[in-house]
Amino acid sequence: MPYTADKPPLPESPDELRARIPGWGADLDPADRPQVPRERFDLPTGAHWDLPDPQPETYPRERSIEHERLTPVFGTAQPPRGLSGVIRRYSYERFSEARAAHWLLLIAADRVDAAEAHLRSMATLRPDNPITQTGVLSEPRRHPVASRRGRVDVRHQVLDPLIVAGPWVAGALVAVAAARAARRRS
Amino acid sequence: MRAMAYRGPYKVRVEEKDVPGIEHPNDAVVRVVRAAICGSDLHLYHGMMPDTRIGHTFGHEFVGVVEKVGPSVQNLQVGDRVMVPFNIYCGTCFFCARGLYSNCHNVNPNATAVGGIYGYSHTTGGYDGGQAEYVRVPFADVGPSVIPDWMSDDDAVLMTDALATGYFGAQLADIAEGDTVAVLGAGPVGLFAARSAWLMGAGRVIVVDQLEYRLEKAREFAYAETRNFAEFDDIVVELKKATDGLGADRVIEAVGAEADGNLVQHVTAAKLKLQGGSPVALNWAIDGVRKGGTVSVMGAYGPIFSAVKFGDAMNKGLTLRMNQAPAKRQWPRLLEHIQAGYLTPSDVVTHHIPLEHIAEGYHLMSAKLDGCIKPLIVPSTD
Repeated sequence: MPYTADKPPLPESPDELRARIPGWGADLDPADRPQVPRERFDLPTGAHWDLPDPQPETYPRERSIEHERLTPVFGTAQPPRGLSGVIRRYSYERFSEARAAHWLLLIAADRVDAAEAHLRSMATLRPDNPITQTGVLSEPRRHPVASRRGRVDVRHQVLDPLIVAGPWVAGALVAVAAARAARRRS
Repeated sequence: MRAMAYRGPYKVRVEEKDVPGIEHPNDAVVRVVRAAICGSDLHLYHGMMPDTRIGHTFGHEFVGVVEKVGPSVQNLQVGDRVMVPFNIYCGTCFFCARGLYSNCHNVNPNATAVGGIYGYSHTTGGYDGGQAEYVRVPFADVGPSVIPDWMSDDDAVLMTDALATGYFGAQLADIAEGDTVAVLGAGPVGLFAARSAWLMGAGRVIVVDQLEYRLEKAREFAYAETRNFAEFDDIVVELKKATDGLGADRVIEAVGAEADGNLVQHVTAAKLKLQGGSPVALNWAIDGVRKGGTVSVMGAYGPIFSAVKFGDAMNKGLTLRMNQAPAKRQWPRLLEHIQAGYLTPSDVVTHHIPLEHIAEGYHLMSAKLDGCIKPLIVPSTD
């Protein structure tokens, strides 16, 4: 059978759909849709300024080099610090968002940040605990077997413990090797 | 105050943090009453989003009570019960002036390619989010709205992103009367998009996922036909079979960066971070839509490259539409639909998790245990 110009028949008529589904067709007219047209100048925003006041810059705030200037408002959570902060600042100062290097450096900095934070936490009364922080202790009361039955993602969920525990195991092995080497030298 | 804090991939805990202060004259501080974990929070949780810093508080879906206002705030008062759109935006820049609130140019120094979002890494501006007892809300005269008395906190928190994004996604699909609409992903955004597609006059709505309990929800809540892609050798062929070989008129992609269905794509993106996101669902959308059709992308992806089948999109003459939803722009019409009974947001809520148990909440959502669709976070001050 060749394809024809006709649209395949629908299983239900508009009247049947209207009877079955609450609100069917309420936004049939595009004029009732808030996103039509995409760009609108008539929407009230509540803003009572032409130019927003600038937020005080209390530390050298990193920014994309694609911006002409620091934006008037910005987040101040977790300023850059440590080696990860150096990598992040370099990424922002050197590469635009168009460059893969910008993002890959930021991802690398995230991993360095995690290692630095884990090490720092060891010197506190509340060291990182990869078991409680992953929430896996809640598994027994959340139907762990039944919830996973028949799912394709179970194939790669076995990688998750490796991703979480791998760096800790590697870190411990490196620490043990370093201690042994130090003992041999002394 | 108590706040969720990221401790590295797959690890979060609750920490004691300083209560946020007024950093700009138009700031407010909101005491959080309800927050939510979004599917896109999992991209942060899994370490996929660049510049997600240790100690960051996630949470871009929250409602609460105004605790403090800056000196230039005129539209809010202390004690107001407010819902806060997940977008941070100024209201007057080039993009805000055109209604593109999610693309505001005045709130995110870290990137020009994305606007400001609460609790979504420094790539979206470096703002701590609402999975905490208190949160800083910039441009308080622009973003937040007082919640109508008749609306529950659980309904209101879904207005801040999931419902608004699903409704927005259905609009971007350019649905005309009688269109066959396929929705990829039966999470909260997919469920809301499927339900919204009917409002726009869809003739058929087909929801695709692999989680049977979510497909059941799609049938019951969104009145949709469903397909479990795990039961088919090739879901694109199944979509073609369901549409006389043509493909769906419109496809809404509501999955994003951790899409399953292709092991190599998933592992290279979600586990090895070698792609900005796993484009499995996006590629299914491109291949499953009919020629000349529209793909609406609501799934979130990271800023690095992904292996998207762009040639097929070009050769098929597709319209690809996407954006972060400007949530507040949807609210007036959404309130009408909710009051009319056409949309029932909190029907997708499956869990209320105390903030102190945040690690459990993330694991539950990430591993999709216990029938989880939408977990809400309840701070201890509630």
